[in-house]
Amino acid sequence: MTALKKPDTARPPLLETRDLLIKFGGVTAANNVTMQIEAGKNLAIIGPNGAGKTTFLNICTGWLKPHKGKVFLEGKDITPLPPRKIVRRGVARAFQIPQLFTEHTALENLLISAAAREGLRNPLQNLHTISQRDEMMHLLDLVHCTDVADRVVVELSEGQRKLIDIAVALALKPRLLLMDEPTSGVASSQKHEVMEILVGALSEAGVTSVFVEHDMGIVERHADEVAVWNAGNVQLRGTPREILEHPDVIRDVIGEEVA
Amino acid sequence: MDLTIFLLALFDGISYAALVFIVALGLTLIFGVMRILNVAHGSLYAIGAYATVSLTGFLLSLGFAPVLSFPLMLISAVLVGVLLGGPIEWLLLRRIYDKPEVLQLLVTFAVFMILEDVQRLVWGTQPYFQASALQALGNVTVFGVTYTVYQLILLPIVAIGLLLGLRFFLRHTVIGKLILATTEDREAAQSIGIDADRVFLFTFVVGAVLAGLGGALASPTTSILPGMGADMIVLSFAVVATAGLGQIEGAAVTALLIGLGRSFAVYVWPEVAVLVPYLIMVLVLLVRPQGLFGTSVARKI
Amino acid sequence: MSDLSQNSSSRGAVNSGSMPSMRALLTLLAVLLLAAVPFIVPSMQLLINLALAKGLAVLGVTVLLRAGQVSFGHALFFGISAYAGAFLTASLPGADIILVLIAGVLGAAISGLLVGLFVVRYRGIFFGMLNLAFSMIFWSILEKFYHITGGADGIRLTRPSVLGMALERDSFEAVVFYLSVVLMVGLGWFTLRWFASPVGQIFQTIKTNETRLEYLGLSPKRALLSGYLLSAMLCGVGGSLMAMTQGVVTPEYVWWVRSAEMVFIAVLGGAGSVRGAFIGALIYEIVRVYASAFAGDIWQLLLGSFLLVIILFAPGGIMGIVDGLMGRVSRKQHATAPEDAR
Repeated sequence: MTALKKPDTARPPLLETRDLLIKFGGVTAANNVTMQIEAGKNLAIIGPNGAGKTTFLNICTGWLKPHKGKVFLEGKDITPLPPRKIVRRGVARAFQIPQLFTEHTALENLLISAAAREGLRNPLQNLHTISQRDEMMHLLDLVHCTDVADRVVVELSEGQRKLIDIAVALALKPRLLLMDEPTSGVASSQKHEVMEILVGALSEAGVTSVFVEHDMGIVERHADEVAVWNAGNVQLRGTPREILEHPDVIRDVIGEEVA
Repeated sequence: MDLTIFLLALFDGISYAALVFIVALGLTLIFGVMRILNVAHGSLYAIGAYATVSLTGFLLSLGFAPVLSFPLMLISAVLVGVLLGGPIEWLLLRRIYDKPEVLQLLVTFAVFMILEDVQRLVWGTQPYFQASALQALGNVTVFGVTYTVYQLILLPIVAIGLLLGLRFFLRHTVIGKLILATTEDREAAQSIGIDADRVFLFTFVVGAVLAGLGGALASPTTSILPGMGADMIVLSFAVVATAGLGQIEGAAVTALLIGLGRSFAVYVWPEVAVLVPYLIMVLVLLVRPQGLFGTSVARKI
Repeated sequence: MSDLSQNSSSRGAVNSGSMPSMRALLTLLAVLLLAAVPFIVPSMQLLINLALAKGLAVLGVTVLLRAGQVSFGHALFFGISAYAGAFLTASLPGADIILVLIAGVLGAAISGLLVGLFVVRYRGIFFGMLNLAFSMIFWSILEKFYHITGGADGIRLTRPSVLGMALERDSFEAVVFYLSVVLMVGLGWFTLRWFASPVGQIFQTIKTNETRLEYLGLSPKRALLSGYLLSAMLCGVGGSLMAMTQGVVTPEYVWWVRSAEMVFIAVLGGAGSVRGAFIGALIYEIVRVYASAFAGDIWQLLLGSFLLVIILFAPGGIMGIVDGLMGRVSRKQHATAPEDAR
């Protein structure tokens, strides 16, 4: 890879992929994806269903191994690492279908996340008494879930679970947060408010984010940059305004959303 | 190792593999279709053996010819499948298909415990031995090694016949296709009018018949005694797990591998012979956790 | 395991503030009652001691149930510990009781680590059956290598010394009895604390979401291994106490029936409940002794049938029924602070 490196001394991008290729059966879900994600921005990924958006997140976090290509985190090759090792390097993930400990309460989910981050190993300390408890309560407050802190996850609404799922990822204090349709379970009247809070929290914590989104209104207001996915690759990339006014996007992506 | 011992070990391995395969076939068929591991499968095997011995003994005492023991094996197997397998699926398993895997395992384990005692109550703890079927077919001599026709020829033929028969049945008959469709996607199958309950009942009965048949065919070659069911469930699980759960052809290859491994060990290092199947399983699973022929599927997130 | 676990998760919401003290009081009373057994009903001492030894092993199985896993082979660690003690007293006659216990638990821990490293790659069916396979392997070894292990007859575990004293049978039995009570209380308490601790909580998430666990930067295998080691060591403690109580160790210690018995008692007591493990073991052992007179031949049949009834109709086991009764009372008062330990 050194041969390809440009002579500039600038810091490598936070996350970079080169020529990612993956096929499921006959379908090419990632078709030579080469992409750079710079620190400090909120990047929205849009595109029709089956374009390979989630697959991209899965490859970047090590859940799927690409048949070809590599993923770099700040210039270091993380392609062969399992998800947990990538997470430990500061990449957290929230899911389209929330991945929570369903028999634990909302607060406990966050406390476990904090315990994982801090590497707590004391077998005699109660999880509820760890010193990160206040911090986690604050996070719950941030996602407006304080009132359900002691409710078991199975009792929560889909929207609440989505928010807790994001809070669990934020509890890890990541540098990069990948989110798959963060507002999909949230009532449409609250979507902007939720994103407002989320983007605020991200910038306060200095977290770079990448989020897959179908709602163009959300993308327009809350993304700094947009990448348009189609047929397993980035088709276009630009500011929200550039992208949303692009005729191809209006035809291929927004058209589908309306339909 | 001279040729005679080599051939003996080879023949032992083949006949043993054929028996284990027949039992494992039922286990893996049930798992493949119903996603349930039937721990009571070992008991059905043992009961198949006991039933054959009892029925054969009874008819021989009436003066019938030993050849009759062959149809009796089939009858015993079908009885086990219908009288035991049917009610187990119908009364118990049907209530727990939507329950967690571990709970299903506990239920079939409970049935196993019950059936182990039932065997003791009916047949006692004395070993039984009934080799008239073995004697009826006589011996064959291959390269100077004399072996029973029953073990060297009949058992492998039955095993291969069942393998091919099941393959044909699943792929080329209407019922077989219904079973495969239900295996692929139970809900979709039901939505196009397939009665999944009946498919499951039928599959379970067929699997139970195979367990019973394994026991019936084993009965002339070994003494029948308590505990054989426990041994067989672990052994057939080892075969099925080594092959990959639900892999029918794979189970045949694995049974042969394990059968030969065990029989050669008997001549080389007898103390560890019973351990060989498990050693093979552990070694295979260390390298390929999904089994020799299984495919690993990444969970969708 | 959702059906077996209605009382196994660390729920606080249903427990009211008055519950922990009530529970603690009942537990204390029960322990005092147990400690008084040698004085009140000396004829029951041996029986209760065996029940406590089994209870500790059942606690090991219970730990795994908290992660939604069932092992049909945990008698392996029970037996390894017992044989380790027997070999120790054979080569070092009059070894101290604590030394015998440590040797046993160490044996269980080492074998638990080796077997655990392998089986934590699997869940559900494979986990349960591979454990069974390992116990059957060890059983065959015990039977086949009879010149070392004594085969089916087993080997004697000669009476260990206590603090350098060679005790008579009665006093030794009293020592083992109170050692068992102390271990029950200590390890029961430890296990409760462990369940509520970060490591224990992470271990229990194996049951609900390993994907999230991986995405917290943790290894599900290592999380399961931590509980597996604890469960193997608890079984080891039980096996060692049982061997010292009986004075002889046989392959029956690792026979699958013994593993099945542990699973049965764990489910009977209440899957995932620490107190349930001991209550279940006591009830089981007492019923077994009195039932063996007329139901010895159909004991497994009864167990299997009862297991089916519990799973299908009372998945919470004894502790589930108790909690149901107590919960009905306490729900009238309003719920307050969460109590994690059960």
